This record gives sequence, C-alpha cells and structure tokens, in this order.
Amino acid sequence: MPEPADAASAGSPARRAAPRIVGQVAGRLRFVALFAVLAVLPYLLSYSQQEIAVLLVINVLLVSSYRLLTLTGEWSLGHVVIMGVGAYASALLAKRLGVPVPLSMLIGACMAAGTAAILSFPLFRMKGFYFLIGSFAAGEIIRLIWKRFTDPFGGPKGLKRIDAVPDIETGFLSIDFYEPVNYYFLALAVVSVSLFVLYRIERSRIGLTFHAIHWQDRLAESVGVDTFRYRTLAFVIASFFAGIAGGLYAHYVGAVNPTRFGVDQMVYVLVWAIVGGTATFHGPILGVVVLTVINEIVLRGLGLDTARPLIYGAILILSVLYLPDGLESLGPRLRAWLRRRRREPAAAAGGEGGEAA
Amino acid sequence: MDLLWQTAINAMYAASYMALIAVGLVMIFGVMGVINFAHGELYMVGAYCVVFLYAQEKFPFLLSVAAGLIFVGIVGLLMERTMFRPLRKNPLGGLIASIGFLLILQTLAVLGFGRRMGHVPPPTQGKIEIFGAILTYQRLFVIVAAILLLAALWAFLKRSKFGWALRACAQDAEAASLQGISMNQTARIAMFIGAALAGVAGALTAPLVSPSPYIGHSIIVTAFIIIIVGGIGSLEGAVIAAVLYAFVHTFVTTFFDGVIANIVGLALMFAVLVVRPTGLFGARERA
Repeated sequence: MPEPADAASAGSPARRAAPRIVGQVAGRLRFVALFAVLAVLPYLLSYSQQEIAVLLVINVLLVSSYRLLTLTGEWSLGHVVIMGVGAYASALLAKRLGVPVPLSMLIGACMAAGTAAILSFPLFRMKGFYFLIGSFAAGEIIRLIWKRFTDPFGGPKGLKRIDAVPDIETGFLSIDFYEPVNYYFLALAVVSVSLFVLYRIERSRIGLTFHAIHWQDRLAESVGVDTFRYRTLAFVIASFFAGIAGGLYAHYVGAVNPTRFGVDQMVYVLVWAIVGGTATFHGPILGVVVLTVINEIVLRGLGLDTARPLIYGAILILSVLYLPDGLESLGPRLRAWLRRRRREPAAAAGGEGGEAA
Repeated sequence: MDLLWQTAINAMYAASYMALIAVGLVMIFGVMGVINFAHGELYMVGAYCVVFLYAQEKFPFLLSVAAGLIFVGIVGLLMERTMFRPLRKNPLGGLIASIGFLLILQTLAVLGFGRRMGHVPPPTQGKIEIFGAILTYQRLFVIVAAILLLAALWAFLKRSKFGWALRACAQDAEAASLQGISMNQTARIAMFIGAALAGVAGALTAPLVSPSPYIGHSIIVTAFIIIIVGGIGSLEGAVIAAVLYAFVHTFVTTFFDGVIANIVGLALMFAVLVVRPTGLFGARERA
C-alpha cells in the first residue's frame, strides 16, 4: 500500500522541474482525448439519448454565453428569451422569406445581439437587483408579444414545421440532419467554434476589463474604462451566442413556442451556472453536463419525472448554502484536503492518498 | 358608465389581495434585504390549504383561512431558518435559494394535488348591488379582510415594541443590533408576517381563482411590479401602488385583453426602473 504514495511523492518534484512544453503537450492531448470521447459518444447512446445529447450540446453554448454576461457582475433573467429571439428570428426568416437555413441562424443571432444592444440603453441604467428585475420585465414583455401577436409569431402555440437544416448531398457523401447523430456533430462543431471564440474573448484585454468592471467598477471608471460600453459589449456578445443556440434549437426541434423560453427555463440556466460555479470558464459547462446526466440517467431511470423540479430546487439551495463556488471548486478542495491528509502520519495517510491519486 | 363603475369595483377587489401580497414581500425585503422569489408560491400554498381543508375535508371556510395563514407563516419561518439566515451576508444567494424553494413548493403541490386546477365551491352565494354594480359577498369579504389585516399590521408596526424593532432593523440593522434588538428574532417575526400575508391572500381568494400549482408565477410578477412602482422597502408605497396597478390592470383587461394588460403592467415597471429606480413613493434608498 505505501508504494503508490511513494511514487506520487517522488513524481511530483520531477513534474515540477519538467519543461513547460510537456505541460502544453499534455494540455493538447487532453483536448484530443476529449474530442475523441465526444466523437465516439453518440454511437454508445440510444436514439432518445442521442436527442438529449444534441440538446445538451446546445445548452452548453447557452450557459457559457450566460457566463460571459455574469463576468461583468450582472445577472440577467432574460437570457433564455434572448435565445428565443434567435430561434424565432431564424425560424421566421427560413419559413416566411425562404432564407437558407445556416444563414438564417446567423442573421437570427445578429438579431438577438441587436435586441440586446437596444435593451442595453434602459437596462444598464440599472445595477444588481434592479438589473435582474429589469431584464426579467424586458424578457417577459418580449415573450408576451410572441404570445399575443399571432400573425408572425404564431401566438401561444408558437411556430411549427420550421425548416430543417438541408441535407448535404454530394457524389460520395450524404448527410441527413434529421438523424440526431448527424445533428449532434453539426451542433458540436458550431458550439466548439463558439466556445473557442468565447474563451479567446475572455482571455483578451476586453475580457480582463469585464473582470475589472465586476470587482472594481469605480476604479475601472477612474482609469478611463467606459463601463457602460463594456457592459453593453458583454451583453451583446453573450446574446449573439445565445441566439446561435436558439437557431440550433429551432431547426433541430422544428417548433418553438413562448412557454419554451419562459422563466422556468431561465431557472434551469441559473441552476447550471451556479451549481457548476461561474468563476472559471469550464464551471458552467461542468454544471450543465453533470446535472443533465443526473437528470436524464438517474431521475428518468428511477421514474422520478414529476419530482424533477423538486430535486433541482434542492440541489440549487444546497449548492448556494454549502458549495458557493460551485462544482468546479470541488477539485481544488479535494486536492487541498488530500494534501492535509498526506502531512499526517504516513501510516494513516499513505494508503488513502495513494488510492485517490 | 355602468361598465366603468363595475370595473372600478372589480379593481378594488384586485387591489385588496394584491396589496396583501406586496406588503408581505416588502416586509421580508425591508428587514432581511432579500427578495423572496418564492412569494408567489407562498400564495399558492395558502390557496391549497383552503382546497385541502375546506373543499376536501369540509372544515369551515374561516377556520381553513386561519389555518392557511398560520401554516404559510410557519413555512416562512422554515425559509428564514434554513436559507435566509445562513445567507444574510449574500442577498443574491438568498434570492437564488428562494428560486430553489419555489421549485420545491411547486413540485410538492403537483405531487399532492395534481397538475389540474383545484376547484373550491364558493362559501357564500349572495351579492350586493352598489349603484348598479354587482359585488359578490365573496369578493366583498376579501376586500374587508384585507383592509382589516392591513390596519392591524399598521397598528402593530406603529404601536408595539416589536413594530419599533422591526422598523429599526429595516432602517439600519447594525445600529439596531447595537441597541440590543435581536436580529434573528426580528427577522423571524418579519418572515412570519410576510409569508402569512401571502398565504392569507391565497386562502381568501382560493374560491375565486381556481388554484393551480403554477399560479405563483403570475402572482410574483404582479408583486414585483407593485413593489418596484411603489418603491422597494416602502409599505405605504406598496399599498398605493397595489391600488394603482389593480386599476390599470383591470381597466386594460376589460377594454383590451389580459395579455395586453400584462404587457402594460410590465412596461409600467420597466419605465419606473429606468426613470426613477427608487419607485414613485420610496424616497429612502437601502444601502
């Protein structure tokens, strides 16, 4: 039993001394491994699970775009409605005006971003709780407009028979996007590119300014940062990607309605982000993946479909109370705990530390 | 003209229960600084108390209402102890935890009573005519009960020692605790009263609204509009805004339709947020 512990303690100084290249290669390898898993994954799932996987990929983009907005310290309750703007716009463009589908998604996303840009004028006069309620009101107004005006928006029943993504037919290759597997790969590609862009934005000078606005908005202002413009920028970018998620959703499911973009859905986004933790880029993604897996495999398997919101609610309360930094903080916490254990007498700590490593 | 007068009478009924709900929400915010998103669900729980005790178990209506008031107050105490007290330093955390609590209450109602709307037979059938407008006894009863409850609350806040403590905590929690006022004790009282007001509103209106587990959503939207328009933290503002909003909403519903009325209400709140975030009547800004 003490052997693995010894190996670990002998290995760590060597790892520390290793050139950075090794770390970079290891990082790349991790990505390659991740994509390999993601590529194989749909073939291991049943048909209905494949459909869930498509929605999960779309939700990853939704919650990641939401995190960009929270970087500036503002919590919106209108993000799912903004996603709906992208979905409705793309669906209407394809249905009414015959715009080809991938292009309609892009225009839809731009319209979501445009909506955000217009809304930012009234909304960013508010802060904190007022912003929360203001974004809620703005979202509800948009949603009620969809509900009330049947002519373009289809009223409470929404839009149905939305054009699908057209099949790709070449001589040797034909891809039918009605198949969940194929749509999964399409969504995965779009979402991967979007996540890469979101990640680069966060690491750029702009992203650092978002952080600065969150933690020290007066100080940021005093060194010449126009906080209003940066808040708007974060809101517009986040809304653009939420709009992309909306377009992916609309042309996959083929139907949208006002209830689909209601507060309940927004609550789920909040739960994913908070349970995962919003301090890091991967936190919210972790949240949505873990909770979806729990939801679809554990709860559905146990036949607890009706009780689902209850368990979500309990998870939300418990994580706010006991895990305020989210699931992402579990790893570092566990590592710190193990380190403390390792310092204790070798007999007790050796075995357990080795096992976990 | 008759329609106008009848609509005004209807608006008075709407104002009475909306005021109860909004005042409860303001009480909770005033003392604890947290926005209780589950407030609409407390209303729903109050309504289901009447569904269960009065419609199913055939207890007298008044007793069922009283039971609803006390039961929902106790639910409020539970919320205070388990969520709002540990999260006192973190108002956003409290708000988010209350969203979690909302989901729990909603699901419990679905599990206990099903998704469909509950039906509560009206306890009284009669109605009176006031200058040509019709007011059922049931609605009249809600109006009278709301006025009595709000008057009692007003007297309690202005005259009793607890009321002094409550108002002191709402003004400056730290200074209040330096004077020997127990923050926990005050928060408990505020939470009990705030929740009980929402519960009693639900219990009183249960025969008139056909309660469903999802009724809380429209209630919380209404309550938000009222407290924003009235100014968060102002009890008088909440009552005045409730009357104002009830009239606007009822008149727009009567002369256009319900969805337009909701849009107008939300737009009203949005306009107040933009132009005067402290609300029309709230001069004080909580630090």
